[in-house]
Amino acid sequence: MAEKLKIATTSLGGCFGCHMSFLDIDERIIDLFDLVEFDRSPLTDIKHCSEYVDIGLIEGGVCNSENVHTLREFRKSCKVLIAVGACAINGGLPALRNFIPLEECLAESYLTGEGIDNPQIPSDIELPLLLDKVHPIHELVKVDYFLPGCPPSGNAFWRFITDLAAGKTPTLPYELVHYD
Amino acid sequence: MSENTLTIDGKPVHFEDGDTIMEAAIRAGIYIPHLCHDPELKPQGNCKMCEVKVNGRNCSACTFPAAEGQKVLNNIKELNENRRIIVQMLFVEGNHLCPGCEKSGNCKLQAIAYSVGMMEYRFPLIYPKREMDTSHPDILLDRNRCIFCEMCVRAGREVDGKEVFAISGRGIGNHLIVNSPSGLLKDSLLEVTDKAANVCPVGAIIIKRHGFEVPIGQRIYDKKQIAEVSVATEKVLEEKVHG
Repeated sequence: MAEKLKIATTSLGGCFGCHMSFLDIDERIIDLFDLVEFDRSPLTDIKHCSEYVDIGLIEGGVCNSENVHTLREFRKSCKVLIAVGACAINGGLPALRNFIPLEECLAESYLTGEGIDNPQIPSDIELPLLLDKVHPIHELVKVDYFLPGCPPSGNAFWRFITDLAAGKTPTLPYELVHYD
Repeated sequence: MSENTLTIDGKPVHFEDGDTIMEAAIRAGIYIPHLCHDPELKPQGNCKMCEVKVNGRNCSACTFPAAEGQKVLNNIKELNENRRIIVQMLFVEGNHLCPGCEKSGNCKLQAIAYSVGMMEYRFPLIYPKREMDTSHPDILLDRNRCIFCEMCVRAGREVDGKEVFAISGRGIGNHLIVNSPSGLLKDSLLEVTDKAANVCPVGAIIIKRHGFEVPIGQRIYDKKQIAEVSVATEKVLEEKVHG
């Protein structure tokens, strides 16, 4: 049998909804493990990508400095990088803050908003700095394929991964393409 | 071939005197993609989605007169790729966040994007800052989603007999304005039964308090492609309006 494909996954500025939807492949996950093994992913808790990964799935847009590092690590390791879900493709709902200056966002959340005790803007060295705007991932790195949806359905994930495992360009039938 | 016949993708299509290519196509049950055409409104050629090749030259099917012997190409790779790029430009130019839009699944922009296989945006997103108008008791105006098709502008003028909407500004500064002393929808003549309030192909003009009556997944374009839906509904309307 051919060597299993290595898959890495991560969520940048996402809600992990795409990861949850990935698990909606249900019992097909058993068949999936015949085809692939998971590398860096919240599902394995492996913290960094191996040197060589076949498929990287990125959920979420780029909101902060850590997202930039993570995305670059994935691009460096992954032969094929897939933008998964609305946020990775267009920034999604986190990008709603793009219309508001960052300073005002922080002030509303941590200084002037309702119910705030001990107002201060978090500035711990451990915290990644927010970017001025939320960016879709294709604005930072080359993306090979896009899997739209909020989230993409389990069937869409299954189709995409099995197409790639079969050495085909992934294509979705009409009913599996959704932006919502 | 009999008189008043042209071909669309090789298929003979009869047309009436005075028909545009779009009108002849709709009557013949052939779908030419469009966002700004409605049989009840005068064609204006705004969206460029209906660009076809007529005897080798590119024209807007909704404004170009049908003529004897024209060879029209419509559903071909080159034109569908142009259409995909136009849709992508419309998506990056506005703020089209489908997951949070009540029109999702019923939206013609989204449906055409699905049908031309748009999986990504290609261009950098602009995220323009656009104003919402929630003042009207029954109608919501969200300019984030406006694509400047002018359907509401023309429906108000031609069908409702009211000048409610207009497009102001130029280029990237284009925006939909409301004809009222305050500039707000609540002070305009727009009523919930007007065609102008119901003709928007995207989610820019939405009737309030009907959100999610039909669940996501069971909406017009969730299962059926826009070609099939459009052919079925517009033929009836076209024959009613132009005979």
